[in-house]
Amino acid sequence: MASRNPKDLWTGIIYIAFGAAAIIIARNYGMGTAHKMGPAYFPVVLSVLLIVIGIISLVRSFIKPGTPVGKYAFKGLLLVTASTVLFGLIVRGAGLVIALPLLVIISSYASNKFSWKYSLTTAAVLTAFCILIFLKGLGVPLPVLGSWFGR
Amino acid sequence: MELLANLSLGFSTALTPGNLLYCLAGVFLGTLIGVLPGLGPTATIAMLLPVTFTLPPVSALIMLAGIYYGSQYGGSTTSILINVPGEAASVVTTLDGYQMARQGRAGVALTAAAIGSFFAGTVATLLLALFAPPLAEFALNFGPADYFSLMVMGLLASVVLAQGSLLHAVGMVVLGLLLGLVGTDVNSGAQRFSFGIPELADGIGFVVVAMGMFGLAEIIRNLEREEDRTSAVTKITSLMPTKEDWKRMVWPILRGTAIGSALGILPGSGSILGSFAAYSIEKKVSKHSAEFGKGAIEGVAAPESANNAGAQTSFIPMLTMGIPSNPVMALMVGAMIIQGIQPGPSVMVEQPALFWGIIVSMWIGNLFLIILNLPMIGMWVRIVMIPYQHLFPSILVFCAIGVFSLKNTEFDVYFMALFGVLGYVFTKLDCEPAPMLLAFILGPMMEEYLRRALLLSRGDPMVFITRPISATLLALGVLAIIAASIPSLVKKREETFREE
Repeated sequence: MASRNPKDLWTGIIYIAFGAAAIIIARNYGMGTAHKMGPAYFPVVLSVLLIVIGIISLVRSFIKPGTPVGKYAFKGLLLVTASTVLFGLIVRGAGLVIALPLLVIISSYASNKFSWKYSLTTAAVLTAFCILIFLKGLGVPLPVLGSWFGR
Repeated sequence: MELLANLSLGFSTALTPGNLLYCLAGVFLGTLIGVLPGLGPTATIAMLLPVTFTLPPVSALIMLAGIYYGSQYGGSTTSILINVPGEAASVVTTLDGYQMARQGRAGVALTAAAIGSFFAGTVATLLLALFAPPLAEFALNFGPADYFSLMVMGLLASVVLAQGSLLHAVGMVVLGLLLGLVGTDVNSGAQRFSFGIPELADGIGFVVVAMGMFGLAEIIRNLEREEDRTSAVTKITSLMPTKEDWKRMVWPILRGTAIGSALGILPGSGSILGSFAAYSIEKKVSKHSAEFGKGAIEGVAAPESANNAGAQTSFIPMLTMGIPSNPVMALMVGAMIIQGIQPGPSVMVEQPALFWGIIVSMWIGNLFLIILNLPMIGMWVRIVMIPYQHLFPSILVFCAIGVFSLKNTEFDVYFMALFGVLGYVFTKLDCEPAPMLLAFILGPMMEEYLRRALLLSRGDPMVFITRPISATLLALGVLAIIAASIPSLVKKREETFREE
């Protein structure tokens, strides 16, 4: 029998995975008793609850039909996430003048209306604005030029 | 009159030049970011939270409250001008607001929204001042078991109000509670779910979660259905309602205020329920009900008043009991904790200046909103028109730098990206992130109250049923869930959300 509701199916799987992982990780934390709860008590109770909900969702997916999940915007998902992670990776090493424009240009590539002219302008204006406001104004300790440039 | 004494204490706190400035700055920034399409109040507040951390507690909270109304009003503006609601509460405003705009009456719709909001805000502030003290006093009787049950009720209510499957929403709550427990267990000092990563010892920051799930995930979702936005207006011609408009606005504003104030107090609701209820009631009682959906001014005035009244009264459970009733209030609770204030009934007694200062500044914030927004509407219109492809990289930049600056660690940036992916996948699966954020903040508190309640009862779980307050609260929560699962109401609930 095939699942008739992919949304229920995947939600069920995700909930069960989270619940099971939490129980496995928490197994050494010490349960304690209801009277004297140990660090594992509440997490384990929650995890069991989450697994039960996951199972109900999973079972329901074979009984009640639902709507398809719909297409994932993989391009947007990938570019937005990757550019954010990249920013984190290089911001200290390369500094804001490099990390910010990269974040702007890579992420704006996710739009199907991408244009070099506009994204370069946005990158330049935003970088100047952020250095002025966040670094000079609010004192966020981020380098304009990072440690890779010998500073 | 105690009320007058309290209010004058509030005025003396809120009217210092510094606090006035922060209130104004909050309202301005909130509106500015709120009119950017695709950014609701939750994302706006999460983005601007780091800015307030350096301020003293009173100023920080005053500014945050200002940001909240500002962004909510900004959301109404986009509803009217381009048919894009900033958040769930202004969804109904699009129905008639956008139609009015298409008929060249955008200015009048905006004025109706502003005046309705201001009136509702004034009344709700007074209600807040009247009802907060007795409620806080009552809350002093609450034992740990009662607090635990109150949180359960609030979370169940947020489940009922979430879109999509009830079951999924309950799961999101449980998952949120679980994620909230990451970090050091306050009781035993044990590290939980931190994988030996020092940055996780204090837990996952709630701003990180909020920015990921509401900021990043929203960007990815918007990129999915990128389309040309057509604004109904490029220039606002007349802001002034006609005599006839005024006459038709009065009652809807009054009814909207009453409905919104009452429903806003309910945990889990905030302003969403109020705006929906006000619109449907207005449609029933109005003499012009045939015009609804085709640009009836009542259809803007009523939900906008309700929406703002609810936004205001949702502060009541937060300020008196420390229980956030929606994600925005959850962020406020988080901000208070960071400022070293434990939200709860004692805040009013121990820090009256802070408490009353915030309440009065809400009214001042509403006043700023009307002074600021109507004359500056031309500027907001231009901001609304910024194409999304130029906008979202900037949102991303502010999120990244903002999250980094919380603890000066790139680690939070990675986590924000992770929650962005998670949030996007969950919305694809019809699991709404709002209940999860609420649960995330309540997680550690709930564990603590559960622990204390069971310690006092020597491990007997019956304590939650034998204590009258706790039993009542639990019963209310269960009732809400049952009501939401009755087939005929399920259909109604789905219809309500489908209007989006």
